[in-house]
Formats: sequence, structure tokens, C-alpha cells
Amino acid sequence: MVKQLSCEDVLSQLYDYLDSEIDGPTEEDINHHLHHCRECFSRAEFEKMLRKKVSETGESQAPEDVKARLASLIKRF
Amino acid sequence: MFASTVSISADSDFFRSKGQEAHRTPVNSANMKMPESDRKAQFESAVAGAMDRLYGAAMRYTRNPANAEDLMADTLVKAWDNIDSLNDFSRFESWITRILSNTYISQWRRQKTSERIFDDSHCADDLDDTHSLYARLHQPFLLWWGTPEKTFVNDLLAQDIERAMDSIPEAYRVVVIMVEVLGHTYEEAADSLQVPIGTVRSRLSRGRRMLQDALWKNVKESDVN
Repeated sequence: MVKQLSCEDVLSQLYDYLDSEIDGPTEEDINHHLHHCRECFSRAEFEKMLRKKVSETGESQAPEDVKARLASLIKRF
Repeated sequence: MFASTVSISADSDFFRSKGQEAHRTPVNSANMKMPESDRKAQFESAVAGAMDRLYGAAMRYTRNPANAEDLMADTLVKAWDNIDSLNDFSRFESWITRILSNTYISQWRRQKTSERIFDDSHCADDLDDTHSLYARLHQPFLLWWGTPEKTFVNDLLAQDIERAMDSIPEAYRVVVIMVEVLGHTYEEAADSLQVPIGTVRSRLSRGRRMLQDALWKNVKESDVN
């Protein structure tokens, strides 16, 4: 049985939801709300897009000289 | 300067000493099936595959190429020393990324700046959503015709985000990197930082708000200039 949540309830748990840090039933309740509330859906989509951009900063091409030094380090293990 | 325990500069004697240590590395029974040379080749290959992820993470933590390289070197040493604890190489990237996070945190702690860096006693959960980036950008009357908030995110450059992230106080910045950038769970972040999960949640919430504030300020400054 899906619990009806208010926008305030959803927004207060939105980050936990996006981080997959909430339990099953609540996740279903939030999913249900997001499928029916354009404003909260829009907010969730915005946060997802921003998170993706932030996450992408965690990948950066290592310079060749750094790669070579680290490879040399491993060879000496 | 980042206090690395490993220097890989040309004049370092690290290579020699590490090479000597390697002969003493124990091999547990589970890995007796695989010769040491194969294990090492597998490790080398996995590191190469995760290289850009590791470098990106190290750069985010240290904000400095030289320190990032030192952090990576320390991480590789620890990873190799503990390679027998990794049973499934498909999990290599998340495994070694956690080692990198723990290495960064422990090195900062050794510098005895942890009280200042990880002090969040002034952290309060006074998050007023009216000042979120979304609330600032979103224009409900444009809902059907345009979405300025999405345009804003699409136009963000990596350097915009990096600059904003670098401006956040360390206690919050580290948690944002762990969860948002590296995908650690709250529990993993709490374990690494040796704080309750509630503290991670609080720092993360605050850190995200600071990040959004910094992004907003950067954009406003760009508009003025």
C-alpha cells in the first residue's frame, strides 16, 4: 500500500532517496509522489543532473608522466 | 604540502625499500592457487583501468597535482599490501577508491589538523530550502516553455564545480567528495571518518548547500563581470 506523502515530506528525504539511503517502502512512496507531482519531479531531476555533473569531476585523465611513475612503483612491489 | 608517507620522486629510496618489502608480503591460502606474478599482473591491469578515476579522486581531495600523485602512490602501496583481502576483482575500483579516501583522511589526521578540519560543532541543520539553487533558478511560470535550472546545470563546466567545491570547508568538502563524487555509502563515509551516520548526513546536507551557494555566487560574479 503506497503512502501518500506531502511535497515537504518528499523534499526532506530527497537526498537520501537519490543516495539510495532509504528503506524500500519509503522509496516506493517517494517514487509514487514523483510520478504525480510535477514540481517535485522537476526538483528531483535538477538534483540528479547536478549530482551527475559533480560526480564527473571525480574522473580526470592522469598525465602520462604520473602514469609512468606509478607503473614503475608497482613493478617494484 | 600533503604529508605523504610515500615519495615517488626520482631521488627517493622508496622504490628500493618497497621492493625489499614485497618479498615479505604474505600470501594467504586463497591466493596460493595464483602465482604472485599473475596476481601482480592482475593488480597492475586493474590499476591501469581505474587510473583516471583514482587521479580524479586524488585531485579532488588534495586540489594539487603533486599531492594527488603522492596520495595515489600511498594508496597503491596500501592496496597491494592488502590485495589478499580483495576476493572479487570486479569490485577493484570501489575497493581501491575506499582505500584512497581512508588514506587521505588518515594522512590529514596525522598532521594533527583533524580537530580544525573535521570540527563541525558549528554545523546546524538550518537548511532553508528557499535558498537552494533550484529555488533560485526555477521559474514556475516557465514550466511548460523553459527550464532555466536545467540550462544552468548543462552550462556548468567542470572547473566551475571544482572551484565551488574547493571553497567548501574541509569537514563538508570531504563528505561531499566521498558520497557525491566517489559514491561511498553513508555507512562507508561514517566508518572512514569515525563518526556516526547522522553526522555524515548532516555534513553532507550542509556541504551540498554550501556547494550550491558557491555555484550561485560564481554565476552571479560571472554575470557582473
